[in-house]
Amino acid sequence: MKDNQKMTLTAGLVAGSLAIGTSAVAEGEVVFSSWGGSFQDALRESMLDPAAQKLGLTIKEDTTNGISDVRAQITAGAVAWDITEQALSDCARLKQEGALEPIDYGVVSTDGIPASLVDSDWVGLLTYSLVIGWQAEKFGENGPQSWADFWNTEAYPGTRAMFNSVSHSLEAALMADGVDPADVNTVLRSEGGVDRAFAKLEEIAPDITVWYRGGSQAAQLMADEEIDFIHIGNGRAESLNADAVQVGFTWNQATTDADCLLVPKGAPNRENAMRVINEILSADAQARMAVAISYGPVNAQAFETGIISPELAAKNNALPENMKTQVVLDPSFYVENYAELQERFDTLVQQ
Amino acid sequence: MSIAEVYESAGTLQNASTLKTEERRERLTFLGLSMPAVIGILIVVFLPIFWLSSLSFYNAAGELSMENYARIFESALYRRTFVVTFQISIAVTVICVLLGYPLCYWLTKVPDRTAAILMVFVLVPFWTSVLVRTYAWLVLLQRNGIINSSLMSLGIVDEPLQLAHNLTGSIIGMVHIMLPFLVLPLYATMRNIDTDLVRAAVGLGSTPRGAFWRVFFPMSLPGLFAGIVLVFILSLGFFVTPALLGGGRVQMLAQRIESTITVYSNWGAASALGVVLLLLALAMIWLMNRVFGLDKLFMR
Repeated sequence: MKDNQKMTLTAGLVAGSLAIGTSAVAEGEVVFSSWGGSFQDALRESMLDPAAQKLGLTIKEDTTNGISDVRAQITAGAVAWDITEQALSDCARLKQEGALEPIDYGVVSTDGIPASLVDSDWVGLLTYSLVIGWQAEKFGENGPQSWADFWNTEAYPGTRAMFNSVSHSLEAALMADGVDPADVNTVLRSEGGVDRAFAKLEEIAPDITVWYRGGSQAAQLMADEEIDFIHIGNGRAESLNADAVQVGFTWNQATTDADCLLVPKGAPNRENAMRVINEILSADAQARMAVAISYGPVNAQAFETGIISPELAAKNNALPENMKTQVVLDPSFYVENYAELQERFDTLVQQ
Repeated sequence: MSIAEVYESAGTLQNASTLKTEERRERLTFLGLSMPAVIGILIVVFLPIFWLSSLSFYNAAGELSMENYARIFESALYRRTFVVTFQISIAVTVICVLLGYPLCYWLTKVPDRTAAILMVFVLVPFWTSVLVRTYAWLVLLQRNGIINSSLMSLGIVDEPLQLAHNLTGSIIGMVHIMLPFLVLPLYATMRNIDTDLVRAAVGLGSTPRGAFWRVFFPMSLPGLFAGIVLVFILSLGFFVTPALLGGGRVQMLAQRIESTITVYSNWGAASALGVVLLLLALAMIWLMNRVFGLDKLFMR
């Protein structure tokens, strides 16, 4: 896999330098790396190609398996990527390790992007939400509407599944314990907040049939009708509705996480990278992305471009109206305490 | 006594020395021929194991320390993982013996042709991917699976049984995968048992049951022990089945090693777990060797 990527990259570089040799238009190049597959195809069509055209740059692509790729390039002193997409908590972790170039906000405009997703060293790219979902054929519109409902096994008898991850689960537990979505992050950081979340999680743990490992497993559990109530990615719920089973869900008390863009320390084309990031974050590019795949634009102005139809906007997790009672996870909280929290969570799940 | 020595003692000294040189040359040739394999194994097996094991003695800051081992014994999470790993491995081994021994015994009683056909039923699943078989069990065992829907339509149970996403599911899936590892060595041993001995015992006045327990069973033990060792040690390091049928709740050692790397990116801690798993497996082999004399059965 890794070797393949290197091959692709080398091939890309060779092809790219040939292109530079023959084309007078391209002034520079930027190497962009994301998760690959149809996901990256969508990013290319909606964001990268238009940016390359507008800026007269060549954008070459690679794929990443995560944070270790960035670390390896920096350790080896051979940084090949100018921009890469990573999970939000990993951006925060890399920043803590001093592995990132600062984002030049003289070039990158943050109009329409919430302050929580703008950091000196990284900036949000897209958001996704884990919502409370249920089997709609069984429960119609009357699935659990809040985490308190999800925790209420008498009013909502059935099988339950949650994501096998400490982030998302602690937030859900606090809301089940009556914390307002707006206060969740403050309570989590306050003294005794983590204990309170774990105590609440312990209440529901015996009634959780499956702690699922990832989105595809979550979708499979719903498609097999193995699970009645689930904490599931909104995109997964939508695609299940399109083909397999009917999944009802509510935006209320959903937990939101994001992917971010970063420039690794020592990236060869920093200046052009900033210009590309600025294009990727523009309202138009973000709107095109939201049409192409079921992720939320970080730029709220995307909904005002007219590119996203009202029907599609209503299904988008980042629509301000849908966001009202969601909790955006606090990446720095998890960077500081991750190993300890995850171990405590694993212990709870295993019992 | 080598051929050369025979000739030597017979007094044909000249021939003897020629033969001796020939023998030495032959030994060197064979040594040379086996070197690529030896070097290959050294490079692809022993070096990585040595390198990975050495990681376990360094902490996150890159200093020499026993931190990674201390954690294994101090943390409730790791203790629980070890307990679960042993529980499952023992349960799987015991169930495999209870299912496998009668099966093998029966296979030795039916005509050879029938036995050959029946062995195909043992071997075909053995050749199918573990992943495929585990998913198949998920389909069978889940809430709306074939087993639960049959039980419910027959009125045997009212509520679906919780067969998957727990310890039960993991054990069922693992027994299915491990059974051939018990059956193959056991059946091979049983086939080689001279049934005339059993008949002789009966002829000399033993009851059939007595003949089985005092003549046949002891002679089948080497195969049974070989099977037990294989099943138990393979179970200790099992990953796929508990990961898919355990509902996230069942965490065996191999899964803990994986999450230590992917979730915590802590290679030292993962390597320490690997070393402990390796030592446990070696200790089990040593122990079984002491108790059952495995060297005898592999020398047969």
